[in-house]
Amino acid sequence: MDRRNFIQKTAAFTGGLLVPKLLTASFPALPAKSRIVISHNASWSRSVGTVDSDSMLKVLDKAIQTYFQVDHVRQGWSKIVRPGEVIGLKVNCLSGHGATHTLLVQAVAERLQQAGIKENDIIVWDRLNSDLEDGGFRINYGKKGLRVFGNDAIGFDPYLQTFGQASSLVTKILTRVVDGVINLPLLKDHSIAGITMSLKNLFGAINNPNKYHLNTGDPYIADVNRLPAIYHKVRFTICDAAQAQYHGGPSFMPQWRWPFGALIVGRDRVAMDYTGWKIIEQKRAKMGFKSLKEEGREPTYISTAADASHALGTNDPQRIDVIRV
Amino acid sequence: MDEHNQKPELYDLLPLTLQGLPLKRRRFLKTSALAGLGALSGTFWAMPANAGEGKKDDRKFIAEAAYYEKLQHKQVRCKLCPRHCVIDDRERGYCGVRENRNGTYYTLVYSRPCTYHVDPIEKKPLFHFLPATLAFSIATAGCNLNCKFCQNWQISQVTPEQVPSIYLPPDGVAEAAKKYHCPSIAYTYNEPTIFFEYMRDTARAGHEQGVKSVVISAAYIEQEPIRELAEEVDAIKVDLKAFSDTYYKDIVRGELKPVLDALVSIKKSGVWNEIVYLVVPTLNDSDQEIKGLVKWINQNLGPDVPIHFTRFYPQYLLKNLPPTPVSTLERCKAIADAEGLHYVYIGNVPGHPAESTYCPHCGKKIITRNGFVVSDIFIVNGRCKFCGTPIPGVWKE
Ligand code: SF4
Repeated sequence: MDRRNFIQKTAAFTGGLLVPKLLTASFPALPAKSRIVISHNASWSRSVGTVDSDSMLKVLDKAIQTYFQVDHVRQGWSKIVRPGEVIGLKVNCLSGHGATHTLLVQAVAERLQQAGIKENDIIVWDRLNSDLEDGGFRINYGKKGLRVFGNDAIGFDPYLQTFGQASSLVTKILTRVVDGVINLPLLKDHSIAGITMSLKNLFGAINNPNKYHLNTGDPYIADVNRLPAIYHKVRFTICDAAQAQYHGGPSFMPQWRWPFGALIVGRDRVAMDYTGWKIIEQKRAKMGFKSLKEEGREPTYISTAADASHALGTNDPQRIDVIRV
Repeated sequence: MDEHNQKPELYDLLPLTLQGLPLKRRRFLKTSALAGLGALSGTFWAMPANAGEGKKDDRKFIAEAAYYEKLQHKQVRCKLCPRHCVIDDRERGYCGVRENRNGTYYTLVYSRPCTYHVDPIEKKPLFHFLPATLAFSIATAGCNLNCKFCQNWQISQVTPEQVPSIYLPPDGVAEAAKKYHCPSIAYTYNEPTIFFEYMRDTARAGHEQGVKSVVISAAYIEQEPIRELAEEVDAIKVDLKAFSDTYYKDIVRGELKPVLDALVSIKKSGVWNEIVYLVVPTLNDSDQEIKGLVKWINQNLGPDVPIHFTRFYPQYLLKNLPPTPVSTLERCKAIADAEGLHYVYIGNVPGHPAESTYCPHCGKKIITRNGFVVSDIFIVNGRCKFCGTPIPGVWKE
């Protein structure tokens, strides 16, 4: 009996009852080549102040259509979510100023609703309520509108999740509230980990990120992304790189920010971070800064995330298809 | 059983009135004859959850950190413990309870205990410090280590927002200790180094009200703060986790040398000191390691420092090992006795003869213990009642 037959027969025998929800709900396996779309807006790149809701929606739509290679945006979103699901949007508000644009959240929420997700079933979340407020979001636990709250409002699941060197409690938002997560990180330099983008943003889902800033976050960042609740629930990443920061991060340092002018999207979080890392390195070189390796903070966690034990994606440029639109 | 590693019973996590106290504890309370004690215990951390204490509500819990330096671009470097965390604006150090806010470094756990209990001093364990008395014991969230066997990880490995806490300023702790007939305040359960400022000020407030202070610490702390602390408190019990760098690196996530340096500073300060060594089967229990340990103690601290070899129980991330066999603890004790240490105890084995204190000169039993219960004390004016040999410790309130 080959594997497929076995699974079919087992499912038939059990009537599907024993198939864990996680498996039935999980996203398809990553393809052989990882696609990353960098969706630019020319005016964003010229001036920081030109990000508005119209342009945000256009850049987002272009990214999704290109990524999924579909004629209609809705077809793309239907590959990320299913009608009736509860979807978390993990923003990054840690630095206060320069948080994930509220306009991006609005645009994603609009498209999610068109894909069959109820407005109140969209949960915008980060570490603390106060972080979200500092990032320009209004806390909402109500039955109308997008729900917006931090881990501190709901707490952590009491069961330790462990992978490799990481042992953490995971926010109940992930374990008990949402069916899937769309990660909305920023693209920034990070004083310890080298860069912060898709993988590092998930530190906001655990109770003890302070324990994992040793050794440039390696292997902790990769390990945390393999904690079951995080590994299974994160479906897609839309990085807000309208403005990015090439030095002095993760704190907000206006002197080292630049209008990169794009959203970067993809399913492969390792390929995303590899691409983001190269963007940061290019900018640093252009501005006369040492490479992250020379500064002793090369983001080695990216290659760890790609290794056989983590298998979170690829950091092999030959296997990453970067499409700029 | 000492409080850093005892059987995983939940009774310490619940209000005393709900606990169904184990027999020995009940006897202790009875013999202590302290009316009203049953009402005094608060733990708010049955499970990490939402405390509803966001950053914006925490002003009463913050105080500027005592040991740090300001760096460029709003970064700070903490100098409280050997990690020397360099922290960006709006970020926290490894311990999770210190935060950089716009270039100034703050403790977030000043006057913010998440648990308080009245404990027998024997539970710390401190065996040469006011035996058969009670210690008003407090802890906050956070720790600068991450021991794989931590029995209190629900508070030590979380941030202050993740556990409910109360506002209890230094004066309030001292008053509570007096009210509940505790001659000492114990900073314990988590690593008190990380609430240094609160501990220091509480020790001062206690002394003003005639209450002593005892610190239960892993001593992973910098030299300057440990020297300052030793001036302020009356006893420091150090959990020396192992005598090898590898164990500190892999099991504790710390380093051995700064702990040894802190022990030497404590010795020099003259403050009362005892050492606990949690014996973990196969990881830190070899003859060679124990011999190295007791030799170092004898040479650097002297033979009068009590050492407690305590029994490990599987906890937290170290559940794949069995409890320490009593024979292993007895082997460790034999090695320490052979080295000539005077006060070698076995802990977490209630009823074991090595829980009691024996005069190193005449060999008579001078303090009889069974678990936390002290039944006889034959020490008069700091001397063995039978032969007059001075017995080191703090015997008077
Ligand atoms: S006390 Fe905390 S912040 Fe300071 S160095 Fe130690 S772990 Fe880091």
